[in-house]
Amino acid sequence: MNTLIEQYRRDFPILQGNDVIYFDNAATSQRPVQVMEAMRGFNDTCNANPLRGLYAWSVEATEAYERARETVADFIGAAHAREIIFTRNTTESMNLVAYSYGLSVCRPGDEIVITVMEHHSNILPWQMVARQTGAKLVYMEPLADGTLTDEEIESKITDKAKIVSVGHVSNVMGVTNPIRKIADAAHAAGAVMVVDGAQSTPHMPVNVRDLGADFYAFSGHKMMGPMGIGVLYGREDLLDAMPPFLTGGEMIEYVTRESATYAELPHKFEAGTVNATGAVGLEAAISYMKKVGFDLIMGQEELLTKRLMAALKEIPEITVYGSSDPTRHCGIVTFNIDGCHPHDVSSVLDTEHVDIRAGHHCAQPLMKFMGVGSTARASLYFYNTEEEVDRFAEKVSKVRGWLGYGN
Amino acid sequence: MEIKQLYREIVNEHNLHPSHKRNLDNPTMVLQGINPSCGDDINLQLKVKDGIIEDAAFNGSGCAISQASTDMMIDLIIGQTKEEALKLAGTFMGMIKGETTEEEIEVLDEAAALQDISHMPARVKCAVLGWRTMRQMVEELNRQEVKDADVTAAGSSECGAGPCGVK
Repeated sequence: MNTLIEQYRRDFPILQGNDVIYFDNAATSQRPVQVMEAMRGFNDTCNANPLRGLYAWSVEATEAYERARETVADFIGAAHAREIIFTRNTTESMNLVAYSYGLSVCRPGDEIVITVMEHHSNILPWQMVARQTGAKLVYMEPLADGTLTDEEIESKITDKAKIVSVGHVSNVMGVTNPIRKIADAAHAAGAVMVVDGAQSTPHMPVNVRDLGADFYAFSGHKMMGPMGIGVLYGREDLLDAMPPFLTGGEMIEYVTRESATYAELPHKFEAGTVNATGAVGLEAAISYMKKVGFDLIMGQEELLTKRLMAALKEIPEITVYGSSDPTRHCGIVTFNIDGCHPHDVSSVLDTEHVDIRAGHHCAQPLMKFMGVGSTARASLYFYNTEEEVDRFAEKVSKVRGWLGYGN
Repeated sequence: MEIKQLYREIVNEHNLHPSHKRNLDNPTMVLQGINPSCGDDINLQLKVKDGIIEDAAFNGSGCAISQASTDMMIDLIIGQTKEEALKLAGTFMGMIKGETTEEEIEVLDEAAALQDISHMPARVKCAVLGWRTMRQMVEELNRQEVKDADVTAAGSSECGAGPCGVK
């Protein structure tokens, strides 16, 4: 094993002292001790309600919270920290854009363009906007290997488009979409570009301005941070013009009995007590990722994906979905075993201490597009090892036997 | 029972070689039962005469547990009265919730092997799909009977198209 990987792996208490193969990283990643220590540090030294109190702990809590925002802004190449809104997760970020921006700008006849590969969190909010405004939801469709062609992009994004919203990396196919190209088409059509970065941010360097993203959403828990903290990046001029999503405490400037004026960005979009502990944990996760470095993260994931796909290819009853090129999978390998329902596959693998996802992966339109009811998915992260991949493949090769075939 | 053993000893046989996976001629009632989150999808068919389930069959697709559980259920309910079938369903549901004694579940015969599903919350829906669907059908048949009796004592007892697929 790569000694550096071995060393980093020791930072994850949950990965020690057991033989569990955790291959469900696209659902949520594991957390290193550094993240937990940072959160505990906040708790033990300055826990108070940020942005409100006029005493030292609250001031320190505010500083910690706002420092986390600066770290996030720097991490994804935002121009200003005020373009970073803390949310609960990607789903909430997408809903914020849909409710606050989508409902404000869409009119009957306008088009919202997404792809059939999207996670439900990048479909349902737009269905809501389409229903309420009379706009039309248009789907771009990829080739079988996940490729969105130039022709598809150009033919679906027309001058009617007001919003184009695409996942950076598909949580089923693992394919990385050509966001810059799609954003250019969106901007040429006068639309804004929304990017669901839930599956890309943990695995590759992201620069929202290079991508051409006007909005960019991601979750902390898939990149070693805690659950319950997510991010919405929004271009400042867009956020400025948008109405608040949730209203209440801390997002106001002045309130009378009848009305209110709202706080400046980013607090206009952060009603109520914030998840400062989570933000501090996310900041620690980002620091940890920077320490590991994307070269190592991407290198290890590519190495493991190649090994995994080669091993699965040796099992004739297995179908792997998406591209045959392991470098186009972002560590996500979705598959089926002939005659075996994915839930049975996952259940018997669980008895062998193998954790994978089985089902529709919150992407039912994609399942239908692929012509399958559900699938099994192994998703890797850099702390996984070649030994785990080999053991996984060996166990997967026995699944049909466990489910009664060939006995 | 460990789940691999459960598959080996009970589930695989009923999943791969089900006794009742076919279509009935002239079923009294057909109802589709689905678990949207899993994609389990069964089509349960009952033939009921004089309050007795004379025959039953199913079709569909889904995980081994949903298919095997339905097949085992049909083994149990053929030849039973509707009331007995409902009672068996109650016992099975109770077993899955972990509320029954070993003695109480003896009537479930092979299906009692699914007892350990109660420790696997993710699979509970699969195990109860057939039973839930059957219970819904019998309850609907009972409602139809009451309605028929109320409306006219003379009319045919053949059911009309009901909200859940009465044929």
